[in-house]
Amino acid sequence: MNEQFNGSELVVKALTELDVDYIFGYPGGSVLDLYDALFAQDDIEHILVRHEQAATHMADGYARSTGKTGVVLATSGPGATNCVTGIATAYMDSIPMVVLSGQVPSNLIGDDAFQETDIVGCSRPIVKHSFNCRDAQQIPTVLAKAFYLASSGRPGPVVVELPKDILNPQLKYTYEMPARIDMRTYSPSSKGHSRQIKKAVDAILGAKRLVVYSGGGIILSNTSEQLTELVETLNAPITNTLMGLGGISGTHPNFVGMLGMHGSLEANKAMANADVILALGARFDDRVTNNVKKFCPDATIVHVDVDPTSISKTIQAHIPVVGSLETVLSQLQSAIEKSALRIDRAAQESWWQQITAWREQRCLAYDVQSNVIKPQTVIEKLYKVTQGNAYVSSDVGQHQMFAAQYYPFKNPRQWINSGGLGTMGFGLPAAMGVKVAYPDADVVCVTGDGSIQMNIQELSTCLQYGLNVKIVSLNNRSLGMVRQWQDMMYGGRHSSSYMESLPDFVALAESYGHVGIRVDHPDELDDALDRAFSITDRLVFLDIRVDENEHVYPMQIKLGAIDDMWLKKGVKA
Amino acid sequence: MRRILSILLENEPGALSRIVGLFSQRAYNIDSLTVGTTDDTTLSRITITTQGDDRVVEQITKQVNKLVDVLKIIDLTDSSHIERELLLAKVFAGNEQTRASVTRVTDVFGGTILDMGKRSYTVQLASSSDKIASFLDMLRHESDIIEVVRSGTVGIGRGDKALKG
Repeated sequence: MNEQFNGSELVVKALTELDVDYIFGYPGGSVLDLYDALFAQDDIEHILVRHEQAATHMADGYARSTGKTGVVLATSGPGATNCVTGIATAYMDSIPMVVLSGQVPSNLIGDDAFQETDIVGCSRPIVKHSFNCRDAQQIPTVLAKAFYLASSGRPGPVVVELPKDILNPQLKYTYEMPARIDMRTYSPSSKGHSRQIKKAVDAILGAKRLVVYSGGGIILSNTSEQLTELVETLNAPITNTLMGLGGISGTHPNFVGMLGMHGSLEANKAMANADVILALGARFDDRVTNNVKKFCPDATIVHVDVDPTSISKTIQAHIPVVGSLETVLSQLQSAIEKSALRIDRAAQESWWQQITAWREQRCLAYDVQSNVIKPQTVIEKLYKVTQGNAYVSSDVGQHQMFAAQYYPFKNPRQWINSGGLGTMGFGLPAAMGVKVAYPDADVVCVTGDGSIQMNIQELSTCLQYGLNVKIVSLNNRSLGMVRQWQDMMYGGRHSSSYMESLPDFVALAESYGHVGIRVDHPDELDDALDRAFSITDRLVFLDIRVDENEHVYPMQIKLGAIDDMWLKKGVKA
Repeated sequence: MRRILSILLENEPGALSRIVGLFSQRAYNIDSLTVGTTDDTTLSRITITTQGDDRVVEQITKQVNKLVDVLKIIDLTDSSHIERELLLAKVFAGNEQTRASVTRVTDVFGGTILDMGKRSYTVQLASSSDKIASFLDMLRHESDIIEVVRSGTVGIGRGDKALKG
């Protein structure tokens, strides 16, 4: 007779077999049986958060930094609906995540029972797929499918709804995990079409002004080394999207900086003047393209993506290649090496001269003043004190762009940020997820006084689990990016963009059992950062009073071409 | 232009709502939608008529294909195909003259009179959406339409080619 398990035990056993080490969650009535099963084992550690939204961001940060699938457990109703923002965040950035949501017992579903919501319905537009698991015997199969879907092809979040009755400890079943997952309706592409590969190689080698434009896909597919090899073979300039930072080292000589709304002048100029653009795992987001009608008029666009819907969605690709980046990059590399065509080195040299001239405009230079802390300086010093080795998560706003611009990321998965959805409140819990995965690494959350308050309750979780992240808050007493837009586009009318009644963040951090450090003056900055990073056994909250009038530059001019940019207040490129 | 899309998908709860949700969230309009199981009871087939140029339809088909429940989607419009829609219409037929003319029009279009009331006829026509529109115009000309129900289009490719699981 085979060993028998109840539904909750089946969940735990399946998760263990699926290599889950951590679950981020919060208990409630409909999942108490499952929590009881978690109590009885040691393979999986459950991290008790203070709000389910934070659980999803922690699982997300864990997934972004490790490449593994992040796992969330929430109860039915409000527990599940609190996950929605985190699910949407993961969906927009294609992050592998499985959200296990409790549900009221099957016989009460549809009765507006206590703590009932249709979470599968609520989350439908923001998941890769979802399952209503209605049969305990099916739990291992459903979970195996959920993990497979979450992590394969273009990754994404998957919701699994578990009604309370199937988790019932009284009913026992055998454990049957399928040997392999076979879904007739799902087969992500891997190999690029050989004819398209040939066309792509002909275009790339025939280019006189080639630019490689790479996105989050490089990070998700672990193809950073292949990308770097290709860029070096071609000696091409490369730009990363916000999501793609670290795809090639930020200090690589061929790297021309991030592109897009707050990208570098040289990256956007190179794109605008390119004759061939090789887009790899990037989706021509509107924060990159600016006005699509004026986008890179002379460029032949080669677009490689695992998701065919990304290709020719906003910008028509001339040479579309659908396939996994791992396979397509090796196809490209070997086809380039075998091709009879040769790069036009003379043309390439003059292209690099042009790019160097754009670089020499030093678009990231800013005015340093002695009496006020510049946010850019904070990031530059952060880079120095961490020697470029920290995992950096950010929230959303000016501080996010400063971190992206002034911290050259060496490695993929080092930069953890909510690109697609732009979720304030993401930074701290995401950093916590990274810290769970890498307890010995420096993990920094770059945030602001607005963003940090959106999930500040997680300071409590940090204390409970010893998650000693460094919080670097660029406190400008306002919602900086909103304020910047109001300065630039609304005649300086600061409608609801300033923060009244800010808490004493130092006292707040200390009340949660952490270390708080306030920095008011530029002279104190070095010492404060040194001190913060010398403390390794406590969470440190750096409340840094920065210049509230600073804007993020460069910045694309609304509705212009990709390289129509403001370089400073009132100065166009 | 008008398009007819045929979709084969898993016959599972929620599968239809994923399709419909995708159309609404991406602001694609659905003119008509029909759905039913196929000879393989694990699969459903949906026919959707919608409007869009090549670019829009390419995006729709890619997005629908991306849904995990979807096995196949084809655009029937460009290839040779048969389309049918079912119309049931109740029309005023309270005197000899309208009874005769409704009967005549129904005969000409190849429709059937399914039911009679004291003052009405209920007629059926299975045909292309165009022809159904002409039929309704003629009925309106001869009589007063009391109630109309249309099934939405179903479509299938001509010849031996088949959309199968």
